[in-house]
Amino acid sequence: MPLTRRQFAALAGASLLTSHAMAQDVTQDWEAVAQAARGQTVYWHAWGGDPKINDFIAFIGDQAQARYGVTLKHVKLADTADAVARVLAERDAGQITGGAVDLIWINGDNFAAMKAQGLLHGPFAERLPNWPLVDILGKPATVTDFTLPTEGYESPWAMAQLVFEYDSARLPTPPADLAGLKAFILANPGRFTYPQPPDYLGVTFLKQVMYGVMADPAILQSPSDPAAYDAAIAPLWAFLDDIHPSLWRSAKAFPANEPALGQLLADAEIDIAFAFNPGRASAEIAAGTLPDTVRTFVLDGGTLGNASFVAIPFNAAHRAGALVIADLILDPAVQAHAQDPAVLGFQTVLNLAALTPDDRARFDALSLGVATLPPAELGPALLEPHASWVTRIAEDWVARYGTAQ
Amino acid sequence: MTGLQLQKLEIRQGDRVLVSLDVEVAPGEVLTVMGASGSGKSTLLAAVIGTLPRDFTMTGQIVLNGVDVTALPTRARKMGILFQDDVLFPHLSVGGNLGFGLPARTRNRTERIDAGLEEMGLAGFAARDPATLSGGQRARVALLRALLANPEALLLDEPFSRLDTELREQIRTLVLTHARALSLPLVLVTHDAEDARAATGPVVTPLGQAVHL
Amino acid sequence: MTPGKVATGTGTAGTGTAGGRLLRLMPGLTLWLLAVPVLAGFAGTLAPAFGFDPLSGTGPGLAAFTTLAQWPGLRAAAWLSVTSGVGSTLLALLISLGVVATLIGRPGFATVQRLLSPLLSVPHAAAALGLAFLIAPSGWTARALSPWATGWMQPPDLLILNDPAGLALTLGLVAKETPFLLLMILAALPQTDARQRMTVAASLGYGRLAGFALTVLPALYAQLRLPVYAVLAYAMTAVEMAMILGPTLPPSLSVQVVTWATEPNLAHRGTAAAAALLQVVLVVGVLGLWRMGEMGVRRLVRHAARSGWRAARVDATLQPVLLGLALTPALALAAGLAGLSVWSVAGLWSFPDAWPEDLTLATWTRAAPGLWQASITSLTLALTATLAALVLALACLEAEHRFGLNPQAWVLWLLYLPLIVPQVAFLPGLQMLALSTGAIGGWAAVAAVHGVFVLPYVFLSVSAPYRAWDDRIAVQGAALGASAARVFWRLRLPMLLTPVLTAAAVGMAVSVGQYLPTLLIGGGRVETLTTEAVALSSGGNRRVIGAYALLQMALPAIAFGIALALPRLIYAKRRGMGVV
Repeated sequence: MPLTRRQFAALAGASLLTSHAMAQDVTQDWEAVAQAARGQTVYWHAWGGDPKINDFIAFIGDQAQARYGVTLKHVKLADTADAVARVLAERDAGQITGGAVDLIWINGDNFAAMKAQGLLHGPFAERLPNWPLVDILGKPATVTDFTLPTEGYESPWAMAQLVFEYDSARLPTPPADLAGLKAFILANPGRFTYPQPPDYLGVTFLKQVMYGVMADPAILQSPSDPAAYDAAIAPLWAFLDDIHPSLWRSAKAFPANEPALGQLLADAEIDIAFAFNPGRASAEIAAGTLPDTVRTFVLDGGTLGNASFVAIPFNAAHRAGALVIADLILDPAVQAHAQDPAVLGFQTVLNLAALTPDDRARFDALSLGVATLPPAELGPALLEPHASWVTRIAEDWVARYGTAQ
Repeated sequence: MTGLQLQKLEIRQGDRVLVSLDVEVAPGEVLTVMGASGSGKSTLLAAVIGTLPRDFTMTGQIVLNGVDVTALPTRARKMGILFQDDVLFPHLSVGGNLGFGLPARTRNRTERIDAGLEEMGLAGFAARDPATLSGGQRARVALLRALLANPEALLLDEPFSRLDTELREQIRTLVLTHARALSLPLVLVTHDAEDARAATGPVVTPLGQAVHL
Repeated sequence: MTPGKVATGTGTAGTGTAGGRLLRLMPGLTLWLLAVPVLAGFAGTLAPAFGFDPLSGTGPGLAAFTTLAQWPGLRAAAWLSVTSGVGSTLLALLISLGVVATLIGRPGFATVQRLLSPLLSVPHAAAALGLAFLIAPSGWTARALSPWATGWMQPPDLLILNDPAGLALTLGLVAKETPFLLLMILAALPQTDARQRMTVAASLGYGRLAGFALTVLPALYAQLRLPVYAVLAYAMTAVEMAMILGPTLPPSLSVQVVTWATEPNLAHRGTAAAAALLQVVLVVGVLGLWRMGEMGVRRLVRHAARSGWRAARVDATLQPVLLGLALTPALALAAGLAGLSVWSVAGLWSFPDAWPEDLTLATWTRAAPGLWQASITSLTLALTATLAALVLALACLEAEHRFGLNPQAWVLWLLYLPLIVPQVAFLPGLQMLALSTGAIGGWAAVAAVHGVFVLPYVFLSVSAPYRAWDDRIAVQGAALGASAARVFWRLRLPMLLTPVLTAAAVGMAVSVGQYLPTLLIGGGRVETLTTEAVALSSGGNRRVIGAYALLQMALPAIAFGIALALPRLIYAKRRGMGVV
C-alpha cells in the first residue's frame, strides 16, 4: 500500500530516534560481516550493455579489494531476467545455499516478482553502515520501488529521472509540455518514437503520457479499479491514436529498448529521445558518441522518477561479501565517482546535507556535464503508478497496436 | 596346395537361386564364370571374397588350400580381388598403394615395391599420383598391389572391360601369366568370350552349367 | 559387384577385439548421453506449457495455449517464421547450387572456397547488425550517398529495416545460410563424381546448369538433405537476426518466445513454452512440406532428364544472375562487417558523414583486459565439445557401418531436437537437471551442454559424406589383409579429411557462439567471448559490437581456414581426392 508523504515523514522520524541506539549494534554486527567477507568472491549479476557502467563496476571492485579484501566479479547480463530465472531454477531444484548469484542490479517488475516469490534475502538495507546517508525523505523512490515498499530487501544505488534529449543544432526550442510535444510530433512526422512496450522505457513513456492527459493522475497511486479503468485510460489511447501516424516509421516499427532509442538520436533518425539517466547525454558527449550540441529537457509538471537497486538472493553463496558491496556502493566517494559525467552521470541517492564537509565538497566539485540539467531545473519527480495499472496498459498496448494493420 | 574349392556352394535371394556351383580350381588354373548381367556373377564373387550382402543366404563351403574360409572375414581369407575400376586409393601415391598391400613385417619394402614396378614396366612410378596414370598403367598397379599382398587366390570382376582392345589383351596376358607363375587359382567373371578363351579353363554360368564358346 | 552398400566382410569377428566391443556400444552410449539432457530440456518445455509450473499461478491445463491463441499477432508471427524460413532456405540453396554448378572446375572455384571461411565465422548478431547498418536509412549506404546524391540532410523515414514482410530478415538469413550450404556442398562433392558427370553431360550437349541439376544434384542432395533441414530449422527459429532485422509488430514467433520467457511477470513462462511447442510443430510441419517438395522436384528432374531438355542457352543468362545473387549477400556481409570494424575505431560519426569525424582506439583498449581469459575459455570449451562430438559421431557411423546397424527414425529426431526447439525454452529444463545433479557452475558441465548442441551439427556435416564413401575401397583394403581398424584409420579417415575437418570447424563455430547455455549452466562463472559480447551488444553500442564481432570471428575463422586449406595442402598432389 503506498504511503502518503506525511506517513513517510513520521516513519522516517521514528527510525531516526531509534537509530542511535541501533548504531552500536550495527557497528558490531558489521565488523563480523566485514570479517566474514574478507577473501570472498562476490558475483554481481548486472546488465552489461554499457561499457561505462562496466567500468564503474570494475572501479567498485578495486575499492572492495583495497578496503575489504573482497573480490568482485561482474557477471554481464543481457537481461536482468536471466539472473531472476537462475535463482528461480535454483530454488526449484532445492538449492537453498551456495547459489550462483550473490548480488543483482534490480528494480521494478523484477524486484516485485522476486519479492513475491520469496527469493530475496532481507531485510538488510537499513542495517548497512551507510544507510543513514541515504536521502529517504527527499527521494522517496529510494524506499518505494514502483509503489512497492522495499522494506529493506533492496538497497538503492542510483537515482533515475526521465529526461528528454534533443540535438540543439537541429531543434533550437524543445517543447515545454506534453501538448507541446504532441504539436512537435504532428508538425515533424517521423522524428519521434518510443520503445516498444512491454519494454521498460516504452511503458514509462505511456505512464508519462498518462500523467499528462488524465484528468486526475492521483488515482494512479492506487490499484486500478476494473470498472472505471476503461474510462480513465481512454485519453491515453486517444493521444496515441493522434500521434501514431506521425511517428517514426508511421508506427509500423518501434525501437526495441532504451539503447536502441539512443542510437536513433545519434543517427539523426529522430530529433527527440528520452532516457532514465539525466546524465546520460553528458556522459555520451564526453565519450564522443553524441555531438556536443545535444541537450536535455523535462516536461512542465514533472517527469517520472525511480531508483536502481541491488538485491541479494536468499541463497547467495557469499552473503557477507554482497552486503559489503551494497554498503560500498553507498559510500560517498563511490557515489561521487558515479555522478561524475566523465564516468557515468548517475544521480546520487545520498542526502548531501547529511555528508561530512569533505564528502560534500566532492559532489560540489563535480561539473554537471554540458547537457545535464541542474537539480533545481529537473523539476518534480513523479511517483511511479501502481503495478496494476502498468500491467494492464502494457497488455492493452500490445493488444491495440501490437500488430501493424 | 590344393587350390580353391567351392563345395556345393548355393546362394539364394528369397526363393531365387542365383549361384549353384560345386567346382574345384587347381593352382594356376582359371575358372571363368560367364552370364548375362544380373545373373549372379557378382554375387558369386562377393560370397567368395566375404562381402555377401545380408539379404542373400549361402550354403556350402569355400575351401582355400585346405583351409575352410567360409566363416572368415575378408581380411583373413588371403584372396586378392581386381574390380572393374582399379580402385586405387586416391590419397596415397602409387608406392603408398603398393605398400598398403605388403604384409607389415616385410623388410626392404622400398626395394620390393621398386622391383615390382620395374617388372610391370613402371620403373620410377612410386611417387606418382594414381590419378595421373593412364588406364593401362592403373590396371598394372592394381594387379601389382594385389600380388604384393601374397594372396593364395585371385578373383577378377570383369577387370579388363574398361580397357581398349589392345590394352585389354596386354593386361589380360599379364594377369594370367603372373597368376600361373605364382600358381594361384583364379576365378574370372566376365562377359567377354575372348577373356574366356584366353583363360583356357572351364567356363561355367553361375548356376554351374557349362558354356560352349 | 556394384559400388554402394555391401557387407564389409568383417562379420562377427569384428567384435572379437576389445576395440570392436567398445565400438559396438558407441551408438547406444551416444544415444544415452544425448537423450538425458535432450529429454530433460524438452520436458522443461512441455511442463510449463501444460501448466505444470508452480510459479505461474495457474494449475495444469491448457491455459497457456489459450493465452497464446488470444495473442493477436499469432498468425502474423507464425506466417513470418514460415515465409522467412522457407524463402531464405530456398534462395540460399538455389544460390549455392548455382554457384557450384557455374564455377566447378573453373579457376573461380578456389576463390569461392577461400572466401568461405571468413564469411562463415561472422557471429549471427554481428552479421545482422552489420547488415542493418548497411541498409538502414541512416546507414552507411545512405551516408555515402548523402547529401550529394540524395539531398538528404537527415535520414528519410523509410521502412527498410524491420519491414512487415520480413524482406530484410530474409536477406540477412540468406547471407548467413549460403556460405554454410556452400561449405556442406564442398564437403560432399568429392563423393559424387561431380566433374566426371558434368563432363559426360557437357559432351551430350547439356548446358552447365542443366547438366549439374540432372546428373550431380540427385547424388549431391542425398548428402545435403540433413544440412538443409538444419538450415531450415535455424531460419525458422533464429532469434538475433529476427530481433535486429525482422518486423517488430508483431515480431517473429521465436522473438516473441524470448520476450515472454524473460518477462518479469512470471505468468507468461507458460505462454512462452506453449509458443515454443507451436514453433516445434511449425518446424516439423514445414520440414514435412519440404520433403514433399523434394519428391516433386525429383519427379521434375527425372522428367527433364528423360525428355532430354538441354537448356544450353539458359546458361548465358542464368549464370551471371546466379553469380550476382551469390555475390550480393557475400558483399553485403563483408561490407556490413567492414562497417562495424570502422565503428570499432570511430569517435563521433554523425549522419550524413560517410566517414567518422575522428578515429580512436578507446573501444579496443577498453575491451582488451578481459579478452584474453575469455578467449582461452571459448577455445578450450570449443575444442573439448567438438572433439567429443566428433569422436562420438565417427564412432557411431563406423559402428553402423561395421555391424550393419540402422539408426531408426526416432534417433534422428532425438539428435535434432536441440536444433528445432528454441533454446530459451529448452534450457530451463536442462538447467533444472544440472542443478539437481549438482553438475553446475563448472567448466565441464558447460562443455557437456555445448556438446549437446554441437553434436547434431557435427553429425549432419559428417554423416552423409561418411556414408557415401565408396565401400569398394574397404573391400579392397580388406582383401589386401587390412583389419577393420586399419581400413578406418588408414583409408576411410584420410579420404574423408575434408568432411571431418569441416564438421570440426562447424562444431567449433557453434560452440563459440553459444550464449544462453554458457550463461545458464555456467551460472555466470564461465566467461566466454560470446557471453561478454552479447551482454555488451544489448547496449546497442555499435563500437563495442564491432570490436567484439571481429574478436568472436577469429576463432571460427581459423578453424574454417584450416578445414579448407589443410586438405588442399596435404592432397595437393593427389588429383583423385577432388579437393582442388
